[in-house]
Amino acid sequence: MKKKKNKKKVRTIQVDYLARVEGEATLYIQLEDEKIREVKLKIFEPPRFFEAFLRGRNFAEAPDITARICGICPVAYQMSSVHAMENAFGVQVEGALRDLRRLIYCGEWIESHSLHIYMLHAPDFLGYPDAVRMAKDHPEIVKRGLGLKKVGNEIISLLGGREIHPINVKVGGFYRTPTRKELQVLLPSLEKAREAALETLHWAAQFDFPDFEQDYEFVALSHTEEYPFNEGRIISNRGLDISVEEFEDYFQEQQVEYSNALHCLLRGKPYFVGPMARFNLNFEKFSPVVQQAANSIGLLPGLKNPFKSILVRSLEVLHACEEALRIVQNYQEASSATIKISASAGKGYACTEAPRGLLYHRYHINSQELIEEAKIVPPTSQNQKIIEDDLFKLLEHSLHLEEEKLQEYCEHAVRNYDPCISCATHFLKLQVERK
Amino acid sequence: MKLIGIGNEFRQDDAVGLYVVRQLRAKKLKDWKLVESSGEVTQLMDLWKKEKKVIVVDALVSGAAVGTILRFEAHRESLPAQSFRGSSHSLGLHEAIELSRAMQQLPDELIVYGIEAKTFENGKGLSPEVRLAAEKLIGELT
Repeated sequence: MKKKKNKKKVRTIQVDYLARVEGEATLYIQLEDEKIREVKLKIFEPPRFFEAFLRGRNFAEAPDITARICGICPVAYQMSSVHAMENAFGVQVEGALRDLRRLIYCGEWIESHSLHIYMLHAPDFLGYPDAVRMAKDHPEIVKRGLGLKKVGNEIISLLGGREIHPINVKVGGFYRTPTRKELQVLLPSLEKAREAALETLHWAAQFDFPDFEQDYEFVALSHTEEYPFNEGRIISNRGLDISVEEFEDYFQEQQVEYSNALHCLLRGKPYFVGPMARFNLNFEKFSPVVQQAANSIGLLPGLKNPFKSILVRSLEVLHACEEALRIVQNYQEASSATIKISASAGKGYACTEAPRGLLYHRYHINSQELIEEAKIVPPTSQNQKIIEDDLFKLLEHSLHLEEEKLQEYCEHAVRNYDPCISCATHFLKLQVERK
Repeated sequence: MKLIGIGNEFRQDDAVGLYVVRQLRAKKLKDWKLVESSGEVTQLMDLWKKEKKVIVVDALVSGAAVGTILRFEAHRESLPAQSFRGSSHSLGLHEAIELSRAMQQLPDELIVYGIEAKTFENGKGLSPEVRLAAEKLIGELT
């Protein structure tokens, strides 16, 4: 962290590398006479150009190419891309294949959320610089977190062929589907994981949460019957209710000179995607067991404190374990691993709920079955502006803190969003400039 | 003794750990447990937690000459984290060792051999210098 002073009493705080987030970014804060003038989240991870190099590729390649955008949430990219292609070709995957897609997404939520809860976010609440030092004092807790992550990996490996960048998802279904016997192997670990998820929720509920709330516009998918994964309308707590096809009529990406990631705004204003948005907008879709678990710790919809996102992630891990158990127990083998696809020229749209929030894909396919245009809007670029807004508000009451504490507080606030900079680069150093 | 070879066979020299496992397997050695791994953190921790002596072979990026073999006694000291860093956004060998150390789950002896790689581009097969180094290491281990 660098500190500069000049005659105008300018103070700059810069965090050169934000730790415990996925990817590379800095945070720049400028203060004049101890009043905040600017907060910039500068993502310097190089641009990735995925949208450009999808052009000219066959539609069938999209799930495996886009999976490479992220090592933590490749399934999300696969799900959004296959659903967009199926939307373009006017087909819908139903039955066992649809259930298996939900199951692999459960695996990713369990794996990604557990990593963030235990390895990245919990050290902030317990006062450790990292998970390794936390593990020295709390080995059993870290073992529980790693055990949960492992179960997520097991699901992804079984359905996807391998735990990182799975290779078994295709437009129309899967390359190979598991037998009932193969899937049943997951049951004992899922039952243990469900217990561990409940313990995680009660453990995290004991943390001290900073007293901080904002009046956010939360945006998430909403499905008539299910807590959302792959389908639904895009809704908000301020009356937005649109189809996925209408996304670009309401949401606009903007380039900002200080960041390699685009900022996405809803009708010109920042909005909030991710676990807290899903929770606030879809609470009644949780199973009675999950709702009861939330009630038992006083976690109710209308949640406005982003520091409590760790509780919502824990609840979503419990939900994902429950849902995975349900799918595995009821699984009837599909007659075919894939449905018939007749590719044709057209436009396809899809939004799915990545662990970090809404993930939008749009493709234009030509008559040669090639991708002419691709647009991908990841959750972190949607949350970037709201992270800056949070920091702005948070700093108003925290400037009395020593610079080191201030930096820790800012980093903690950024990690509330589990930002995935690699995905959005299209992420942190902290720099505060005081005038 | 258990030997864990880490790598991705479709990223050229990254596969050197897998190559060592496969070559040793072909020798049908007695009392050797040979395992291939993607390097995922929970998988590595599980693979070594109940073992007394474990050898890990992985590709290395340290700036040394291609094919250089570096030996680390990981049960005594930390690895140079950056040299074994496969990704900016996932936990790997370094984190697996340090988490195991913190939780007292390291084997009595954990030796890590890093072989300096030349390329991690797409494709199968090792660079000649890296293959030669792998053969040299296999000779020393057997």
